[in-house]
Amino acid sequence: MVQKVLNWLDERMGLQAIYDTVLDRKVPKVNWWFTLGSASLFLFVMQGITGIFLSVYYVPSPDAAYDSIQFIMNGVAFGWLIRGIHHWGASLMVIVVFAHMLRTYFYAAYKYPRELTWLTGVVLLLATLGMGFTGYLLPWNQRSYWATTVGTEIVATIPFIGDFLMQVLRGGTDLSAVTLARFFAVHIWFLPAVIAAAIGIHMYLIIRLGISNIPGKED
Amino acid sequence: MVNEKLSEPYKEVFMPKSPHLSRTDFVKTTVGVLGTIMAAVVGLPAIGYLISPATKTQESDAWIELGPLESYPIGTPTLFNFTRSKINGWEKTVNSYGIYILRRSEAEDDLLVLSNVCTHLSCRVTWKEDQQEYACPCHDAQFDIDGDVTYGPPPRPLDRYETKVEEGNLYIHFVEA
Repeated sequence: MVQKVLNWLDERMGLQAIYDTVLDRKVPKVNWWFTLGSASLFLFVMQGITGIFLSVYYVPSPDAAYDSIQFIMNGVAFGWLIRGIHHWGASLMVIVVFAHMLRTYFYAAYKYPRELTWLTGVVLLLATLGMGFTGYLLPWNQRSYWATTVGTEIVATIPFIGDFLMQVLRGGTDLSAVTLARFFAVHIWFLPAVIAAAIGIHMYLIIRLGISNIPGKED
Repeated sequence: MVNEKLSEPYKEVFMPKSPHLSRTDFVKTTVGVLGTIMAAVVGLPAIGYLISPATKTQESDAWIELGPLESYPIGTPTLFNFTRSKINGWEKTVNSYGIYILRRSEAEDDLLVLSNVCTHLSCRVTWKEDQQEYACPCHDAQFDIDGDVTYGPPPRPLDRYETKVEEGNLYIHFVEA
């Protein structure tokens, strides 16, 4: 029965061809460091799912942000679990994405013809750090408030345009409700869209070019 | 493939009554069982998280003072408004309620206190003195002075409140489910 349904779908959607291309690829003999890309993708999906769930109760306004998170932690069943996964997953994702970058660098996997894979990877690394920076403000507690104060002040040290850039980040001269709202929007819409698009290109290139061998002595 | 073909005669010879389970079937079953367990471990907390507020509706009841009984006219339903607040999630919600008080006679216990919430879909009804009925603006429902349905879709009469009079003051028993 299941096979019949799958066959019906396959005939119309070409599922087998997708499966063969995406998952049944030829890969060189590699080691565990080559799993970091998949781990990054997994963490991105998990952050996405837990983030969607958090948005059910979280409110991005100075009046309610802190209290709504207290409600998630203490008033909602498994709220502590969903937020805990999102919180720790965020730190883990930065570590894993960074380690993935180091592996690519030290195995020289960024060379021809994989330069574009590397470049989209740079976008993904920076966007991941951006997710960390914007997400950090959302609990709206003392730590997140002052971390964002300092983080945006650092931008202000850029010569000539620094002050203007800081005001763009903050949505004004002060760290305010406007800041919280735009950090929230960037955190849940802009950056996830950028990451999803960059992952699409990144993975297309991996499927098209394959992954590189571990360099030998003669390389 | 080769093994599967070999296993048939083996089974006949050594374990004639054993139900044959191939390696593939074993793996499929194990993956199915473990997958179900993992889906439950992930899925049930997720469902619990979403429906959690619905499982925590708190009941409250209180006697609410409506002022001196003699301030209410006899024979005419009179509207009284009050508010009640409670905590919903991270916010204090203030709900307003309206009730109609009808004194049928001078007697202290000859009272009828009705909720102004239509029993159809919770619009608010108003007393029409000239027509001697409560009218709901939403679906044209009508209730008589006792709160019984005279016209329209409401499934039951207007809700009544328990009353008491202490030292000349009127109280109603407000119950919220």
